[in-house]
Amino acid sequence: MNHLIVAPLLLPLLMGAIIVLAVNRSMALHRTLGLISSLLVTLITGALLYQAATGPIQMYVLGDWSPPFGIIMVLDRLSAMMIFITSLLAFLCLLYAVKGTDEQGKNFHALFQFQLLGINGAFLTGDIFNLFVFFEIMLLASYGLVLHGGGARRTKAGMHYVMLNLVGSSVFLIGVGILYGLLGSLNMADMAVRLAHAPSDNAALLQAGGLILFGVFALKAALLPLYFWLPNAYGFTSAPVAALFAVMTKVGVYVILRVYTLIFGDHAGVAANVLEPWLLPVALVTLVAGSIGVVASRDLRQTIAYMVVASVGTLLAVIGTFGVDAIAAAIVYLPHTTFMTAAMFLIADMIRQQRLDAGAALTPDRPVGQERLLGLLFLGAAVAIGGLPPLSGFTAKVTMLMGVQSHAAAPWIWSLVLIGGLLGLIALGRAGSVIFWKTIPLDDSGVDAFSKEPHANIPRYSAGYVFPVLILLAISPLLVLFGGPLSDFGYAVAAQISQPVYYIEAVLGSDAVAALMSAGGR
Amino acid sequence: MTLALIPLLPLLGALIPSLFRSRNLNALSAGAIAGISMLLLLLQAPAVFNGEMPLASWSWIPAIGLNFAFRVSGFGFMFAFLILGIGLLIVLYARFYISADDPMGRFYSYLLLFMGSMLGIVLSENIMLLMMFWELTSISSFLLIGFWSYRTDAREGARQALVITGGGGLAMIAGFLLLGHIVGSFELTTILAAKEIIHAHHLYPITLILILLGAFTKSAQFPFQFWLPHAMAAPTPVSAYLHSATMVKAGVFLLALLFPVLSGSSLWFYIVTPVGLITFMFAAYMAMFKDDLKGLLAYSTVSHLGLITLLLGLGSPLAAFTAVFHILNHATFKAGLFMLAGIIDHETGTRDMKRLSGLWKYMPITGTLTMIGSASMAGVPLFNGFLSKEMFLAETLEPNLFGAFSWIVPLGATLAAIFAVAYSIRMVHDVFFKEPFTNLPKKPHEPPHGMRLPAEILMTLCVLVGLFPMTLAAPMVNMAAGSILGAATPDYHIAIWHGLNMALAMSVIALAGGAVFYLQRLRLFDSHRWCMRYCDGKATFEALIRGLVQGGRTLTGLMENGSLQRYIALLVGAVFVLGASPFFGSSVPFIGPLAMSSVDPVTLIMGLVLIVCTVATVVNHRNRILSIIMLGSVGLIVSLSFIRFSAPDLALTQISVEVVTIILLMMALHLLPRTTPVESSSVRRGRDIGLSVLAGGGAAALMLAVLSRPYDTIAGYFLENSKPGGGGTNVVNVILVDFRGFDTLGEITVLVIAGLVIYAMLHNFELTAPGIDALGRPWVQDRFPMILAQITRPLMPLALLFAAYIFLRGHNEPGGGFIAGLIVASVLILQYISSGIVWTRPRLTVDNHIIMAWGLVIAVLTGVGSWVIGYPFLTTSFTYLTWPLVGKFEVASAIAFDLGVFLAVVGSVMLILVKLGSMNSKDAEIVSASVQKAKEKKEGAH
Repeated sequence: MNHLIVAPLLLPLLMGAIIVLAVNRSMALHRTLGLISSLLVTLITGALLYQAATGPIQMYVLGDWSPPFGIIMVLDRLSAMMIFITSLLAFLCLLYAVKGTDEQGKNFHALFQFQLLGINGAFLTGDIFNLFVFFEIMLLASYGLVLHGGGARRTKAGMHYVMLNLVGSSVFLIGVGILYGLLGSLNMADMAVRLAHAPSDNAALLQAGGLILFGVFALKAALLPLYFWLPNAYGFTSAPVAALFAVMTKVGVYVILRVYTLIFGDHAGVAANVLEPWLLPVALVTLVAGSIGVVASRDLRQTIAYMVVASVGTLLAVIGTFGVDAIAAAIVYLPHTTFMTAAMFLIADMIRQQRLDAGAALTPDRPVGQERLLGLLFLGAAVAIGGLPPLSGFTAKVTMLMGVQSHAAAPWIWSLVLIGGLLGLIALGRAGSVIFWKTIPLDDSGVDAFSKEPHANIPRYSAGYVFPVLILLAISPLLVLFGGPLSDFGYAVAAQISQPVYYIEAVLGSDAVAALMSAGGR
Repeated sequence: MTLALIPLLPLLGALIPSLFRSRNLNALSAGAIAGISMLLLLLQAPAVFNGEMPLASWSWIPAIGLNFAFRVSGFGFMFAFLILGIGLLIVLYARFYISADDPMGRFYSYLLLFMGSMLGIVLSENIMLLMMFWELTSISSFLLIGFWSYRTDAREGARQALVITGGGGLAMIAGFLLLGHIVGSFELTTILAAKEIIHAHHLYPITLILILLGAFTKSAQFPFQFWLPHAMAAPTPVSAYLHSATMVKAGVFLLALLFPVLSGSSLWFYIVTPVGLITFMFAAYMAMFKDDLKGLLAYSTVSHLGLITLLLGLGSPLAAFTAVFHILNHATFKAGLFMLAGIIDHETGTRDMKRLSGLWKYMPITGTLTMIGSASMAGVPLFNGFLSKEMFLAETLEPNLFGAFSWIVPLGATLAAIFAVAYSIRMVHDVFFKEPFTNLPKKPHEPPHGMRLPAEILMTLCVLVGLFPMTLAAPMVNMAAGSILGAATPDYHIAIWHGLNMALAMSVIALAGGAVFYLQRLRLFDSHRWCMRYCDGKATFEALIRGLVQGGRTLTGLMENGSLQRYIALLVGAVFVLGASPFFGSSVPFIGPLAMSSVDPVTLIMGLVLIVCTVATVVNHRNRILSIIMLGSVGLIVSLSFIRFSAPDLALTQISVEVVTIILLMMALHLLPRTTPVESSSVRRGRDIGLSVLAGGGAAALMLAVLSRPYDTIAGYFLENSKPGGGGTNVVNVILVDFRGFDTLGEITVLVIAGLVIYAMLHNFELTAPGIDALGRPWVQDRFPMILAQITRPLMPLALLFAAYIFLRGHNEPGGGFIAGLIVASVLILQYISSGIVWTRPRLTVDNHIIMAWGLVIAVLTGVGSWVIGYPFLTTSFTYLTWPLVGKFEVASAIAFDLGVFLAVVGSVMLILVKLGSMNSKDAEIVSASVQKAKEKKEGAH
């Protein structure tokens, strides 16, 4: 058995515990431990991604209790990609955080490792109750991270976040309870097989179970009308945390993609494709609402937070067509939007620190200290996130437009994605113009006396500070440059998840596939 | 590869000019890069003039049809030549124009970026690649227009240009994707050969409209014309480059490029022709009234772009030929005129024609050059502008364009030509003649020769082409038009004299009428002043954007009012709708076939009590103590119900959890305000009651429906395998530590995180418990009750022993690490309660962080241990040992795991409780002092 599969979980877990053990030791030790762990996890997930891309689906049977009885971790292309994105992002965020964010509160590094555990676990698990457990780990760790640094706004935003998600957890349990009560299994592959054989008497109940779960996933992914917690939670929390959270909504997206292709896909008999009528419209409305929020926001960090909402809307609208090409396109878009949003959060934070009066608010202030540096970084991130060439936003967007081309709702998706892009362009143009160009006069004496000097005593960034941001931004041209292999990989991922038999065979063997097929014949 | 380098060199080398401090090096490096590109282009000339089309192609992202493919068509060559040629002149001009205060390196970087993107557009073979360069011009022009970023007009102009051209670009993306979809290829060569397929396809109209949107926005066609005049806030070299010769020509370039496949339908004609005509007339009219030199030139540019669009709209090969010729001519004289306007501005300090006058005496050379340019712009014979304008006028006379309304086109064209003559005269006469100037900011003089040189070159070309068109221009125009039109290229002789015909008459009318208009200008100004205010799209645009932002704010404000209650209501409501939806129209009975078990009175009463307590919790939520007591009762009844259904483990766990939770709640309560204000309106209470009844009732109904159905689960496997596989008879415990041990590991992690979060949250949190209760009575200042303390202290070893017993028996009987941990935590809390934190804390100096962390470490390491014997993580093994006194005893590795659970539970619960308990700042001080003392004592003992 390939123990490497559980390493992205056990390593942060153990390291988190060790950091707690070292609670009274120096910050330098915490930082070293955290960085080592994150770097190792990144390397390991990179190796796993390579394995998954080139090999079959792998399973890790915890406690040696073969499925469907024990808990399993499943490494397919999708989960491998997600854990790699998460781990790389986490490492880069941590590199930024060790420049001072981590000192603003207690236990940052331990919480950060546990957060990594939670997200990676949610991506890897093949068991729906275990997914719930990882959701809880993720929720509590992220709550701690949202609050990190304290302050009234963070506390309030964090409160909303945690309360809503606790309600969500109860709903999750209700949904899982219904499905377990009817299907009698928690292993997702097994649930798929059993669902295929479910009697039609249970149809409505099974569909209800599936849709109730969607309520929770929609909350995690931040779909309308369940995203209202996000702009404040992401906008007010510390930058590296917000940047890491760029991948949190993707957990919701991932779970939707996983559960509704694996369990409730074409073969699911009485509950087949239960989400299809819901997802696309809800996602499109989310895209619209998010884009409106983007132009309406008064603070750069909130602008980015709304972009997170809009990007989730885009992703799920594309996924909501449930076509192979569309899912492949979504896979291409996913790393782009995650990394670029994260980069933008970090850049917004650097801007905030160099503008003492206005911070990240979109009102004029004196120039930032390192105008050329921050201006270039902002321009790069804005071009990427705004979907303009030559960066990854453009190719990703075009890939998605082409991916949904044959769907009946394509005109809707096309126009809303493009209009959303225009609104993003308007907002980013305004933001950049206000922050970097519209600098206010130094004093009241001269009308034309524009200050070219920033505030005294603002932080200037060293190369180490900028490094993680540069790496994040450098991902964008790489995604374009290697766009060919990337889209091939996206297609390979989509092909794998659109055919759940691969997953089921890897978990339960060929007998289960035969059982599934026999049910499909009915 | 050399082909690809033509656009790539300026793009990749864009940063180079920024590397130098010397202004000469800035300009030199930029010029060198552009020069090399030019050389590379000229290398292609022999092949292109030979009628070939060099191609270079690499595959890039096949999934979106994107190939890295370039071509040099005749038309592309002409454009690239224009871009690089004028670009080189601009590099020279800007060296003198950009002042020492401005970052010149940055300017050249932007300029090269723009140049490369523009070259990319005209040399792309793949339309997706073309699209990338297209949007790149939007970005680079945004940066160039906003170059003087401290000026409001520059910022607004830049943003406007970005939104309009970038937005049009988005439409064009869609158009290109559809075009590629229709043709099945994104290669121009294939597309240009697919006219029939495109026209026959049902998506042709929408494709055409989307592509036209992109072209019209870029070329500032009506109604998108307004961004261009405002882009004049850019430094003049930028205007001369972008807004005469290059960027705005990208739109007409595209129209001409796709002319062979898109034109020829009535839709094309009825959109493109009127848009061109309106733009042509409207902008010429606006240009007459502009006092700003650059404003005049900007509107004149828009007008000429309209002329070219109109020509392309007409659709005949000769019209297209004329369009190509006019593109060339317009670029030449307009770039020169912009440069001259810049020189005037630079040397006098103003571009306002109301202040400028009588400059002839001071700047005769500049004046002469301006006259040449203006003459060409007006279409005076012997200058190049005349040639193409004459051909244009002839084309408008093509009969039956609009049926009975065919006279509109020549009439409009003549009218616009009259305006053009009028503004051209004005540009010369107002600036260089009339009375001597009175209030100029600077004393005017001729510019340095380097600054004038580019304009001299361009104006010389204007004259030479005007005189010898067949020698100088015809080969290039023929080749360019030929590459568009192919076999349909007209064999046309460009000449100054075509005989006495209608077109000549129109030209004469235009010249005469223009002069009359100019003489009557003062009267015209007064009667048309109002138009200046309303016809400028900028105000409308800004209002639109403001409205968008305001509307967005109102809308988001309406949705996100910051009320958690609303968000939760939305969540609950959404889940209800989702969960209820499948039952609409479902004909299957809701309740399943299984029979209900009989109800005994005890269960019934307990159920009723549960309901009453639950309701009471909610109703009394403002009376917090009461509410917590009720909540405790709910928990107890739940524990009892576990016993009723034979789950002693769960009952034990539930009871211990209840105890700890209630204590936690009480401690938190201590820190909260005494009274809770009434915040919810009756409407909201109604909504909430309704929602909770629906959601609660719904959940209950679903459970009933599920439980009344036959049931086949994997649970049987656990019962069978608990003893043989897991080594324990207590299935619940075996599930917890073995079958689903990984879940448990996760859950204790959750506990640990909770401890960390609460600790971190309360750290540095200044909270002082009020000294009075809700009724204003001060707390009793009694010491801790002695009897309680005396009882709880001896209880402690007993309880610890009991916990050890519960822990050890866990694998076979009800018990286990989780429950044992809660028991230990409870008894420790009891010490705190009975003796106070000040007494207890120094006696329990182990940091709770460490206890819980060890718990996690032990649990993980136990799991990892199974790797040693070749099994997956968390695989348990067990064996039997015979202990003296105890007898046969089972040792399972799961017990080590359970120890981890135990420690994590104890540590995290104690961490939270102690932190909460020491929140009262007065206590906290005493505690930290006494802990410090205890530590010192310990160290002293060593």
